[in-house]
Amino acid sequence: MTLVDERTTTQRPAATSQTLLGHFERGLDAPICLTWELTYACNLSCSHCLSSSGRRDPRELSTEECKGIIDELQRMQVFYVNIGGGEPTVRSDFWELVDYATAHQVGVKFSTNGVKITPEIAQRLAASDYVDVQISLDGATAEVNDAVRGPGSYDLAMRAMQNLFDAGFRGFKLSVVCTRQNIGQLDEFAAIAAKFGAQLRLTRLRPSGRGADVWDDLHPLPEQQRELYDWLVANGDRVLTGDSFFHLSAFGEALPGLNLCGAGRVVCLIDPIGDVYACPFAIHDEFLAGNIREPGGFTNVWRESPLFQRLREPTGGGACNSCSFYDSCRGGCMAAKFFTGLPIDGPDPECVRGFGEQLLAERAEDALPKPSGDHSHRTSPPRPRGSTGPVRLTLSVRRPDAPPAHACAESPLAGFSPQTLTAAGCACGNNH
Amino acid sequence: MDLPSLDLRLTIHPRVSVRPEPFGALLYHFGTRQLSFLKDRTLLGIVQRLDGTMPLGMALELEGVTADRVDRYRRAIATLMASSMLTSPASNEAAA
Repeated sequence: MTLVDERTTTQRPAATSQTLLGHFERGLDAPICLTWELTYACNLSCSHCLSSSGRRDPRELSTEECKGIIDELQRMQVFYVNIGGGEPTVRSDFWELVDYATAHQVGVKFSTNGVKITPEIAQRLAASDYVDVQISLDGATAEVNDAVRGPGSYDLAMRAMQNLFDAGFRGFKLSVVCTRQNIGQLDEFAAIAAKFGAQLRLTRLRPSGRGADVWDDLHPLPEQQRELYDWLVANGDRVLTGDSFFHLSAFGEALPGLNLCGAGRVVCLIDPIGDVYACPFAIHDEFLAGNIREPGGFTNVWRESPLFQRLREPTGGGACNSCSFYDSCRGGCMAAKFFTGLPIDGPDPECVRGFGEQLLAERAEDALPKPSGDHSHRTSPPRPRGSTGPVRLTLSVRRPDAPPAHACAESPLAGFSPQTLTAAGCACGNNH
Repeated sequence: MDLPSLDLRLTIHPRVSVRPEPFGALLYHFGTRQLSFLKDRTLLGIVQRLDGTMPLGMALELEGVTADRVDRYRRAIATLMASSMLTSPASNEAAA
């Protein structure tokens, strides 16, 4: 990609979008917007959860730490945050944090499954210009939705939308992850949105978090990608996509949006314990830039982290270089490639020309990255592994001569009698 | 799109926040929840001069916009008016 001469830019009001993209690719001093997962706790156990949510992490940021982040975002002039989780509204200080953010000129859009959107809360939300709500629904019928999001979740979302509608909230978002099972329901989703005065938002199923386990069975088939693209071209002006489908632009005209991977350049993710990742779909050590609890806070992570610096360097198209569609799809989604075990500088697994599928078929059995965090409910049904083959775990009988491999090993007594520890279990109370 | 008169006195909408950037600026409207990009610094300079009393033509002149480029900036201003990023105080009074 050609880096554009800034002096030329300043002289031209009709500067090409390429100019602007050049700036975005090199990163801004502050994100345009960012996603902030407030908690890993969730009342649901959606099979495709990006953040493998379920249980609260005991290291979760305190109310004061969250307010500190909001202060920083205000100083950096980040206009709004997309708050998610887990289910963010189950945090007892959730409304306090929303009020704090809006009082500090940081707008809030939060994603929820609707569990706390009572008629009273809906009234309160309708009264604020600085708060936007996004209700998640992944099927236009209970049958399709609940298969992914769990029993009762369809009714939960519909009730929340009814409450928002009754309270006079207009233009909240109905957010749908597009799957093999719901691509045929796009018109029905649009009808639901219209019924509740909401705006439809469609996003891409990512193989991140628990999504890695179900991606093979849930991601749209090639002919469905075309169906989705055509639908977006026909309805794009009234549908939001969070820029998620730029990999489909190779079908023809570019879809509305930046058509750029913003990871670490114009967007990022803060997780419930303050870890900063390149994007919401990349919660993995590989994309971990730092933690807001370190000196310099979020600002320092955003501006100085070696990972983000690297993501802002000009990239070539790699294996996609010779493809005539590279300029429109730009190689697709980094996270989708990483979590399906494909090289980052090659085609997207859902490349519309089929190059991704070809690579998926050829990849080595151990190509999939190991997940680096799982907050799933321990009582959930076993995680389905789909057609990705058996889970590759390294199980071994602990040899009596090896010290226990956890933090307790740092205790001067831990290595003293490993046999005893193994037999009696560790006394530290961490249940490992 | 009609080009705005150079006599028009505009101002940034009170619910719009402006973040200067090397390429121009980001504009965010908290009422419509829309984001806009100003793609050059001259346009940012013009927008920042619009305080409800300065005529548009004078803002262009002070930012050094030459006659051959005036209409391009008027088009950009028209777009910002259409998305309510810029507003004319007169129309506010009429609405109130």
